[in-house]
Amino acid sequence: MNFDDLLRNPSSWLQGTGPEADVVISSRIRLARNLADFPFIRQCTHTDRKGIESQIKQQLLDQPFFAESTFIDVSELSKLERQLLVERQLISQELSKTEGARSVAIAKQEAFSLMINEEDHLRIQVMESGFNLKETWDRINELDDHLEERLTYAFHEKFGYLTACPTNVGTGMRVSVMLHLPALTMTDQVDKVFRSLQEINLVVRGLYGEGSQSMGDLFQISNQLTLGKTEEELLAQVKEVVTEIIAFERKAREHLLLERKRELSDRASRAIGILSSAHTITSEETMDLLSSLRMGIYLNLVTQMKIPDINRIFLETQPAHLQKIYGGELDTYDRNTERAQYLQRYLHKISRSSDSSQN
Amino acid sequence: MKCQRCEKPSTFHITEIIGEEIHEFHLCEDHAKEYMANVPPSDNTPPSTPDDSPFESSVQIQLPQSQDELEKLDQETCPICGISFYEFRQKGRFGCPYDYIHFQKELEPLLANIHGVFKHTGKRPKRMAQSSGKQTELISLRREMQQAIEKELYEKASQIRDRIRQLETS
Ligand SMILES: [Zn+2]
Ligand SMILES: [Zn+2]
Repeated sequence: MNFDDLLRNPSSWLQGTGPEADVVISSRIRLARNLADFPFIRQCTHTDRKGIESQIKQQLLDQPFFAESTFIDVSELSKLERQLLVERQLISQELSKTEGARSVAIAKQEAFSLMINEEDHLRIQVMESGFNLKETWDRINELDDHLEERLTYAFHEKFGYLTACPTNVGTGMRVSVMLHLPALTMTDQVDKVFRSLQEINLVVRGLYGEGSQSMGDLFQISNQLTLGKTEEELLAQVKEVVTEIIAFERKAREHLLLERKRELSDRASRAIGILSSAHTITSEETMDLLSSLRMGIYLNLVTQMKIPDINRIFLETQPAHLQKIYGGELDTYDRNTERAQYLQRYLHKISRSSDSSQN
Repeated sequence: MKCQRCEKPSTFHITEIIGEEIHEFHLCEDHAKEYMANVPPSDNTPPSTPDDSPFESSVQIQLPQSQDELEKLDQETCPICGISFYEFRQKGRFGCPYDYIHFQKELEPLLANIHGVFKHTGKRPKRMAQSSGKQTELISLRREMQQAIEKELYEKASQIRDRIRQLETS
């Protein structure tokens, strides 16, 4: 796999397009599947893990839906390369960090990824930009159909798709929607919204941050239960709740625009000021400033930057991307310096191009 | 063993899986009831990042059983992969698909506890395993072959390997 090719473009889930993109960053579905004739990962010998890898690989190569996909042996990647794939959400932290034979297949344009020998033999993932659960499900369902024509999955009449952990059994499906909720955060309503979600078995997590105060006001909502409901029912539940949250967030933005417009404009201008002039900056601060800008762009308070800029910066200022672009390893201190320089370059380029377009 | 919250003997043993962590509680009947009645919904949900373990969910696995029952059950092992019920409780992960059949009786209340129900109603593979017996036989044969190799019983190992190949291609 050529990592430079990967780097040329932001991930497709970060295109900033798709329905409700002002609030929803991305929609993601993962399916957990296991081969019927191998033990689950924790009881696997090295030979078993190799056997699983080669069985899946053998069945996939030469399949039309798999054309132009790449197989990557994760155990042979450097730590930095693994982290890069994690930042693009192509592999999980677990696949990155555990030992032993494991790999990932990545489709052209990152349309899907298949993790092999994660907690389950196979974790299929499809991501879309914006709020697009139907299309995400249709794509992953079709992919799963193709796979099951060739692989014999562990399946039980009563318990459904069998998984290593009983919390994933049944559909083996985890639906996750990543939301940007700056106005609900600013108006202290985010906790109230999330408390109501726990009662209906949805899980909320902040992105990268700890606890409920998430970095960059990004939150991920997922289904907790996997058994007893059909995939369509699980999707409908997430869809219903996310639709409500989108409405709440938009209402809060309207309210802020009416009551605290000067404060919003001030935040956005200061964000550009800091991002274009800082000499050292952490990834946390960068994310928080990008959050003010992202909202500012959607409320027409910021004109010199566009959503694709925010998404590109969001991805490229994360540690592994930053180091890959820099072309070497950097410690935290030097990363903060390099991040500031990257931001200065990027923002100056934008301001130059907007100057020239005005002339 | 004494109850962790009073002097009475513990008769209930509760295993919880919260995220990746396993917690064990040994409680008397009264404290077990109290515990089960107010399992805090959010307080023990550890802060985590979506990508640390995207699939992990902070749900609880509870196994209320009497001590005698549990001790006996803990010894029970899966004939296919060799994992004991104790190991499952410790790690919260099964050893092979057959565990769902072998431990079905214990598993149903546990799944009901996690998911509220224990009957799958979603998608099913169009092509099912012709005989799951063949699949589980493959799992145990591969394990036997590995054990034979470790004991340097190469002739036995190669016999098992032939049997595996036969099954794989049939
Ligand atoms: Zn007690
Ligand atoms: Zn087993």
